[in-house]
Amino acid sequence: MLKVEGLNVFYGGIHALKGVSFHVKAGEIVTLIGANGAGKSTSLKAVSGLVKSESGSIQYNGKDILGDAAHKIVRLGLSQVPEGRRIFADMSVTENLSLGAYQRRDTAGIKADLEWVYELFPRLKERRQQMAGTLSGGEQQMLAIGRGLMAHPKLLLLDEPSMGLAPLLVSEIFEIIKEINATGVTILVVEQNAHMALQVAHSAYVMETGRIVLSGPADEIARNAKVRAAYLGG
Amino acid sequence: MAAIIQEIIQQLVNGISLGSIYALIALGYTMVYGIIKLINFAHGDIYMLGAFIGFFAINIFQMSFFPALIVAMIVAAFFGVVIERLAYRPLRHSTRIAALITAIGVSMLIQNVALLVWKPDPRSFPDVFPFKSYKIWGVYLDNRQLVILGVALFLMVVLHYIVRYTRMGRAMRAVALDDDAARLMGIDVDRVISFTFALGSALAAAAGVLVGIYYNRIDPMMGGMPGLKAFVAAVLGGIGVIPGAMIGGLVMGVAEVAVVALTTSTWKDAVAFGILIIILLLRPAGILGQHEREKV
Repeated sequence: MLKVEGLNVFYGGIHALKGVSFHVKAGEIVTLIGANGAGKSTSLKAVSGLVKSESGSIQYNGKDILGDAAHKIVRLGLSQVPEGRRIFADMSVTENLSLGAYQRRDTAGIKADLEWVYELFPRLKERRQQMAGTLSGGEQQMLAIGRGLMAHPKLLLLDEPSMGLAPLLVSEIFEIIKEINATGVTILVVEQNAHMALQVAHSAYVMETGRIVLSGPADEIARNAKVRAAYLGG
Repeated sequence: MAAIIQEIIQQLVNGISLGSIYALIALGYTMVYGIIKLINFAHGDIYMLGAFIGFFAINIFQMSFFPALIVAMIVAAFFGVVIERLAYRPLRHSTRIAALITAIGVSMLIQNVALLVWKPDPRSFPDVFPFKSYKIWGVYLDNRQLVILGVALFLMVVLHYIVRYTRMGRAMRAVALDDDAARLMGIDVDRVISFTFALGSALAAAAGVLVGIYYNRIDPMMGGMPGLKAFVAAVLGGIGVIPGAMIGGLVMGVAEVAVVALTTSTWKDAVAFGILIIILLLRPAGILGQHEREKV
């Protein structure tokens, strides 16, 4: 579904991605794990068109999307939930969700997806008139994911969905990620919380300083001695 | 006592008429700032262009007031979009000071081309509304003030509706809050910015035509002072905040009229910049602004 090959990204003089390649198969949950600054977020931003890539290729369903504007990539069914949630704080929950469906015209489909999002996150429904900035951290993350789903994506990119959340909420969010995946949405999730990510993912890539250093089925990666020492606390 | 109250109401009426013109111009400053953090110093000159387009529409094409107003707004909107496309978009990712200086350059360019083409001499704006004055409880109100108030109020209501309840308005607010997040929603940020320039320029053009009928004279340099005052109004209300521009404009108009009534008209322009200095000292975010201090 998504094929990234030999991607190079520079931030000014800094070589942030050094020939990164990874694949996401339809229906899977794929995770990209690694330490802070390894280039995980940059990889996602390159896929969704927020940062420019110097060279390499990004193919989505056989179509080359490298260099396409971010708003056009969303229309292809590729939706990103950004790091730090980036919800629109001065707008209500409903407005945030309707912005998620900005590029859609199918009123009936939008309504059905809204019902689905409220089903996944009943707390959002309770607070639908509230300003998004007044929600708790966990609720904001739910809103960010719900907003991403309102685009009706085929491939959902999640950037650090567990960041800054209490452990109980983290497992709740990952349960919901599995639930979303079960409805047929392919998921690529970037995580520092390698433990949680490897539990739900089918396959995994490990990043270090702008390179993929390890890849394979998630359970295999979770057993790898180096990964255990570096990311899973032995 | 009654005479004093009548006088106060009279000055308020005059101040609100003038202030609603400042408010219309200030809206363009504040919307553009809200969305791309640029003080568009060419905005006052769009107002001047609007006045001239209205002038030609009425004088040469024999249009009546409202069609001329609409033509002026549409043509100015087009100019606004072209200016953004040619002058500001290439600088989108450069420093803010570069864009600011470019805006000053665009302002000078428009003024000087206008001087060249239309000559510096003032022209008298056609008399579309023969002067009629009404006296209500000792307060004079003329038909031109009524037109200004009516048009300004109507445009502000329309603007509020667009920003609050339409798809494009929602996109504008999203881009103003977080442009990268807006891109991830599938919003074409460049289009939203163009639309914002179109909207702001149309409002400035409306103000230009209204000033034409109010003062009966227009000239290529007319954008300078009202442009700066409207900028002060936008800062006063809280730059980037749309209702702030409306309030700021009205406060500026009333303050200016009050100063003229109490002292002499020589103090008229000083009051605007006095307000700017005071607001920057006491409440740099403006009346309705809550965000951190922005350096201009």
